[in-house]
Amino acid sequence: MGKVGIIGVGQSAFARRYEGSIRELAFEAFKEAMTDAQIAVEDIDASIICSAPEYDKQRSPSGVFAEYLGLIPQPTCYLESLCSSSSMGLRLAYALIQAGLHDVVAVLGFQKMSEISSAESQERMGRGADIQWESPFGTMMPAYYAMFAKAHMEKYGTTAEDLALVRVKAATHGQLNPKAAFRKPVTMEMLTDPEHFMSGSVSDPLCVGDCCANADGSACLIVASEEKAKALSDKPVYILGLGAASASVNMSGRDMFTGLKVAQLASQQAYEMAGVTPKEIDVAEVHDCFTISEIMAYEDLGFAKPGEGAELIRRKETYLEGSKPVNVDGGLLSKGHPIGATGGSQIRTIVLELRGEAGEMQVKDPEIGLVHNIGGVGLYGTVTILGR
Amino acid sequence: MDQKKEIDDRFKKFGIVSFTATTKVNDFIDHLEEGKVMGTRCQDCGQVFFPPRADCYKCLSSKVEWFEVSGSGKLLTFSKLVYAPVGFEEDLPYFIAVVDYGDYKIFGRVAKDVTGEDLTIGMEMKTVVNRLPNGQLNYVFEKA
Repeated sequence: MGKVGIIGVGQSAFARRYEGSIRELAFEAFKEAMTDAQIAVEDIDASIICSAPEYDKQRSPSGVFAEYLGLIPQPTCYLESLCSSSSMGLRLAYALIQAGLHDVVAVLGFQKMSEISSAESQERMGRGADIQWESPFGTMMPAYYAMFAKAHMEKYGTTAEDLALVRVKAATHGQLNPKAAFRKPVTMEMLTDPEHFMSGSVSDPLCVGDCCANADGSACLIVASEEKAKALSDKPVYILGLGAASASVNMSGRDMFTGLKVAQLASQQAYEMAGVTPKEIDVAEVHDCFTISEIMAYEDLGFAKPGEGAELIRRKETYLEGSKPVNVDGGLLSKGHPIGATGGSQIRTIVLELRGEAGEMQVKDPEIGLVHNIGGVGLYGTVTILGR
Repeated sequence: MDQKKEIDDRFKKFGIVSFTATTKVNDFIDHLEEGKVMGTRCQDCGQVFFPPRADCYKCLSSKVEWFEVSGSGKLLTFSKLVYAPVGFEEDLPYFIAVVDYGDYKIFGRVAKDVTGEDLTIGMEMKTVVNRLPNGQLNYVFEKA
């Protein structure tokens, strides 16, 4: 079986509000990915459109997009796994190509969250949890992750200041990313000053500064068989390892609140498939929907032992110039989190890093990169390992 | 003959805002009315479920019986919400939590009169039925 490569990547600017329709938003990422790949629409055999469906009025956006992007009459379908939709889309593209059904597949993730209010959006987000048994209590994403933060702090002594360090790093890197929605510096003073809005509690122990924000955005990956990748591209980045897992939607079915089982399982699968260890990862994008999520990711991915994740950020090891650079594009905390586009954006960053084209965000000569993308409260998790 | 069949939508009484009306475990609401929080147990393989399920994923049986949640469990984790989703704003602030009963765990709210100072991970809590001001029903955790 040959390899599968990524031959083009694109992303719209992530913004609080996109002034255009969803098909136009999709076009922005698609155009950039196609320009990057330097191929024609006729070269694409199929498309996979990824998002969480409840934010838009349009039902079944895949057909609408396929037409707008010039991808008909090729087959298209819609894929949803909440915030991990587009990395799951890459997994599906990999399978379609390895099965021999298609040679070149476009994976396009998008989300336009700005058409509904923040409170409505929180309510919809909360409905990504168990609507029969949990939502009637008044749940929302920050509250679920806050329970993980609470348990992590209790068991391992992780502090609010450790969480703040993650946000400061995200903002430091976010300033280097022209596509990030939030590019202003965030300091420890802002996060600890009781008068500053960023220190305001959302769901204890998480504050405003610990939470990523909704955004509008799109991201696109052009995926090809090894043969096609070699023929069409002089700089393909290959998929070395893929992992994916699911967990109980209801928190009553979880046996751990200090990490995400899906991330542990998915990373084990991806490391095994790629034949690499956590030590060999040169640069990583992890799903920092909340600051605690990044610290748990360090541990779930094996970058740190359980309970020692905070040490990495205290020692600045995960900064751009550190020993294990993580979220060098600012992460979800700085870019904003357009649900269906997030995984694609993470993958794009790692592809650019491995090609040495990440500009100010560039890590020195990385060979192997990793993407950790989570859907819901650790309901879905994917880990993707990429190499040149 | 052409009488309309009544829909059993008892479950819309669950919680402050219920998103589900019909379920095979609708009796859960009747048990709440009687002051009992109940889960289900598979009659074929004995697997215990909370929240209650009509179907067993272990042996694929749909023969389940009710059991009452009794005694106390350990508080695994909790959080105090300062913001709430639409429809829950008037309750703020409130706590959500997970309590471990050994054979099963329960996710829910902490009783209104229990404050953050009262809560520590690992403490014993019990689950009790709670009638809401609007007539809806749920359950909450109290200090055991």
